[in-house]
Amino acid sequence: MMRFLLPLAAFIVLVGFLLVGLNLNPRQVPSPLIGKPAPDFQLEQLHESEKTLTSKENLGKVWLLNVWASWCVSCRQEHPVLVELAKSGIVPVYGLNYKDERDLALQWLRQFGDPYTVSVRDPEGRTGIDFGVYGVPETYVIDKNGVIRYKQIGPVTVEALETKILPLVKELQG
Amino acid sequence: MNLVLLFPSSSFALMHKRDAGRKGALGLKKFALLLTLMLLASSGWAKEAAPVAEDPEIERRMIALSEDLRCLVCQNESLAGSRADFANDLRREIREQMQANKSDKEIVDFLVARYGDFVLYNPPVKPTTVFLWFGPFIFLIIGAVILFVYLKRRRNQIEEPVLSEQQRKQAEALLKESKGNNA
Repeated sequence: MMRFLLPLAAFIVLVGFLLVGLNLNPRQVPSPLIGKPAPDFQLEQLHESEKTLTSKENLGKVWLLNVWASWCVSCRQEHPVLVELAKSGIVPVYGLNYKDERDLALQWLRQFGDPYTVSVRDPEGRTGIDFGVYGVPETYVIDKNGVIRYKQIGPVTVEALETKILPLVKELQG
Repeated sequence: MNLVLLFPSSSFALMHKRDAGRKGALGLKKFALLLTLMLLASSGWAKEAAPVAEDPEIERRMIALSEDLRCLVCQNESLAGSRADFANDLRREIREQMQANKSDKEIVDFLVARYGDFVLYNPPVKPTTVFLWFGPFIFLIIGAVILFVYLKRRRNQIEEPVLSEQQRKQAEALLKESKGNNA
């Protein structure tokens, strides 16, 4: 009896490992910045390039930082979700326009709508490196103390918004 | 002819075939001119190669360090070997920090703080990486134990059967008989 049970058990364990492996996404690298203060930045605003925005200005409120670019295809996919979110007024969305050209970025917003309270420019991707950005889009939830609480890698889907981001925002705003 | 001159990159074989069909081979002068133009054009492209960093020492250190770092965009490539835009940015960052006299360890710490241990091809031993480091040895030990148990059991199974007294006598008789026959 053991002769059959043992290989069967080993096989089941192997299948278990493979199943878990299939459901892991190697593209989603856990960020070490979660639970840490958001990196400081002072960046030029996209619309009014003479003005800047610093990360300190948002202390005291819960906000989202969405990393986007006009060359980014998945950004188009998530954009309507962000526009709807901005309309709802639940939480302000700030944009980090990552490695983009100003004209193209502005044109993109005219074409698809502008959900951002303010968008800032990071043409060389330096602030992106500070935030641990390695692909666009990425979205960070930052709390009242300026601490990063969640990072969405890839587009913000309706599902991610409803199951993760909004409940977390409500809890943090509490 | 003008059309061909507009596209110096198109192969000589192609031009040659097209002209030959019309009025024989190209004149030598024209050919020399064409060749010169083509060579000029290709030397023009050479300028577009990536600029070599000013300091070869820093470049050498940067490459040595980034061999051990993972590019997060193309995860099976090192930061040194990847052509992704992201890898380019991180190489620039490493180069700049080296120019600012940061040590290799400081630069690695900088990257780990932002991207986690995942950027390291040689991650430190920590609670989260224990299985990664020692898992293979655990499996090796499990395999060795299974092999040992299996072999031991098998040896028990094929242990030589002991002859009873009667069987031994029978065998001796048979042996004697065959000897007698041979003689």
